[in-house]
Amino acid sequence: MAIAEQQTSSEAAQTSSDKSWHGIVLQTLKRNEISLVPYVPDRVLTPLIKNLHADPFFTTFATAREEEAVGIVSGAWMGGRRGAVLMQTSGFATLANVLASLAVPYQIPLIMFVSERGTLGEFNYGQSLVCRTMRPVLDSLALEHHTITRLDELEFIADRSIKQA
Amino acid sequence: MNTDARNTKVMNRFDVTSRLIAKLEHEEAVIGGIGNTNFDLWAAGHRPQNFYMLGSMGLAFPIALGVALAQPDRRVFALEGDGSLLMQLGALSTIAALKPKNLTMIVMDNGIYQITGAQPTPAANVADIVAIATGSGLTNSAWAADEEDFERLVEEAMSAGEPSLIAVRIDDKSGVGATRRDPVQIRERFMHGLGVREPL
Repeated sequence: MAIAEQQTSSEAAQTSSDKSWHGIVLQTLKRNEISLVPYVPDRVLTPLIKNLHADPFFTTFATAREEEAVGIVSGAWMGGRRGAVLMQTSGFATLANVLASLAVPYQIPLIMFVSERGTLGEFNYGQSLVCRTMRPVLDSLALEHHTITRLDELEFIADRSIKQA
Repeated sequence: MNTDARNTKVMNRFDVTSRLIAKLEHEEAVIGGIGNTNFDLWAAGHRPQNFYMLGSMGLAFPIALGVALAQPDRRVFALEGDGSLLMQLGALSTIAALKPKNLTMIVMDNGIYQITGAQPTPAANVADIVAIATGSGLTNSAWAADEEDFERLVEEAMSAGEPSLIAVRIDDKSGVGATRRDPVQIRERFMHGLGVREPL
């Protein structure tokens, strides 16, 4: 249900090849007819966001807050359109209420791509503490999540997570 | 555009909600925000196109925006309380930026958190919902002066080429009904109402 995106170096992320992580994510979203992608931006997600904007298949836009984006894709799914939300770990930390009172009890499938900040190499103590809240919140609601650490596993995990949701 | 709250009549949420429902003839979707807002929507008579929020305070407008983006040919109404809206003011700018033609937002403003014991909101007596909405980019926003004016604004919104926001000053009465709190049933019925799913 949730996918934590391991940080990749910004240099590697600048290419828009289909074999890049963001190229694979974009194609996987498209193949699964996910066309609505609201986000609160993150530096790691920038190439994906840029390419989503460039592709007319997608309706993609920034929201002021992550829970707003979850509300939007929830409404859209009930209306017959599939969506996914992009955010950073600190944004995920604002979502416990909407997950526990909307997505889970109403049984609304929700795809989230979370760029993981606050782990290996983190210099901001606040970020590393916020990051530690993510998996316990997901686990407490039995929300399935996977952490992408290898490019060769990305397509399989993203595609099957979407199909399972 | 009426941006003056001082000369508006204090109306009643259930009465105003019933007036809105009476005007719906084309299977319009209606999203009811948390608490009294969806209790009165329920009490006005259940419709298959009604969605009732049991939590996620502040998300009536974002959920309605999602429905509006998924079904651009269906008109979508969202009912939200002033306290709820204050939690998610950024959503007004998101909607202003996307300009969905088929979305109408209605704010029930009593200046209090009625359901928790009628404590005043931080905005009571200092902030103006329509001024906030207009400043957020929703230029088609107005206070309803009275019930007749509310009905006129709803009719205008139905043929508007941009999203509309109607603010209504309401009294401190609690909701009339009590929504049956079964989230999966609410969601499934709503999807039937929107033609997304067929009943089993």
